Amino acid sequence: MVTLSIVPYTEIEGLSSLGRIRKLLNIAKEDKIVLLQGRLRKEEEAELIKVTMEEINSEFKGIELAVINPLETKGEAGISKIRNDMISMLLGDRHGLTVVGPASIVKSIRKDPHKIELLTKDSRQHHKKRKR
Amino acid sequence: MISLIKDFFSKFLKDLFKKKKHLRMGLYGPPNGGKTTLANRICKDWLGEEMGAVSSIAHETREIQIKEQINIKSKGKELTFNLIDTPGIATKIDYEEFMKVGMVEKKAKERAKEATKGVIDAIKWLDDMDIVIIVLDSTLDPYSQVNITIIGNLQAREIPVLIVANKIDLKKANIKRIEAAFPQYDVVGISAKYGKNADEFYEALFVLAG
Repeated sequence: MVTLSIVPYTEIEGLSSLGRIRKLLNIAKEDKIVLLQGRLRKEEEAELIKVTMEEINSEFKGIELAVINPLETKGEAGISKIRNDMISMLLGDRHGLTVVGPASIVKSIRKDPHKIELLTKDSRQHHKKRKR
Repeated sequence: MISLIKDFFSKFLKDLFKKKKHLRMGLYGPPNGGKTTLANRICKDWLGEEMGAVSSIAHETREIQIKEQINIKSKGKELTFNLIDTPGIATKIDYEEFMKVGMVEKKAKERAKEATKGVIDAIKWLDDMDIVIIVLDSTLDPYSQVNITIIGNLQAREIPVLIVANKIDLKKANIKRIEAAFPQYDVVGISAKYGKNADEFYEALFVLAG
């Protein structure tokens, strides 16, 4: 069974960068898939990878990460660009969606700029592995 | 006001310091994209020697490797740089994956531990680069979050980037897919292994270095 944990942006808004990373990673380490409303900053994404690497051991194998930002449209120009810039200015990192899943459960996340496909591992295989 | 003056002098001194040193050119990307193969290609072409070992098993490069003072020449132009080959950046490392390719458990665990350290070092080194070559396997989907995160971080740090679509000698290679994923960057298709399009790559380096 896969557990999804939905985190509204308000829950991370007031946190420091490390606090945001810690919050997401702690949930993922509980074998839950995090759906965060909004995005981390680019530097925070790199920091999340760094902290994840520091915590990898024989139990925790890392994470799968995907960020979708609907405002990052390729080759946009004119009114649509101005509109997206305005939305971006008003909403900041609140716009978009971040998915963080433990690598023991999430096999891969396929993404293009507008869509995320999350593939989970075979639950029986996962159980088998955890029993060892 | 004081902080503005401080910032100005710190930038001025940094720039002055930078100019005295050689350009630091980093090779970044996910594991098995061919960073070390490209580093070896550059070193073989201009120094006559290789830089590091390559392997089909991921995370062969687990430490930062530096080759200093590489001097390349093309059409009367000259460029000297220190080449920094970094470990592949990943969000997960499972020692059991190494065991699947025949490694014993102890070795696999060691490799995984070293690989995690390598990823941390590669991210730490981002701040020290003057220019960066992102090396991607052109047979794979370029829309991975690791690729986007690396490029986004370089963009935030205003570090010039060139994307290399490697392994164009393979049938499944698709340079157009990489160009479509990162339209704001120059993409050069090469085969680092066989040296295909190497001249075009070196030309692009001159453009990147300005």
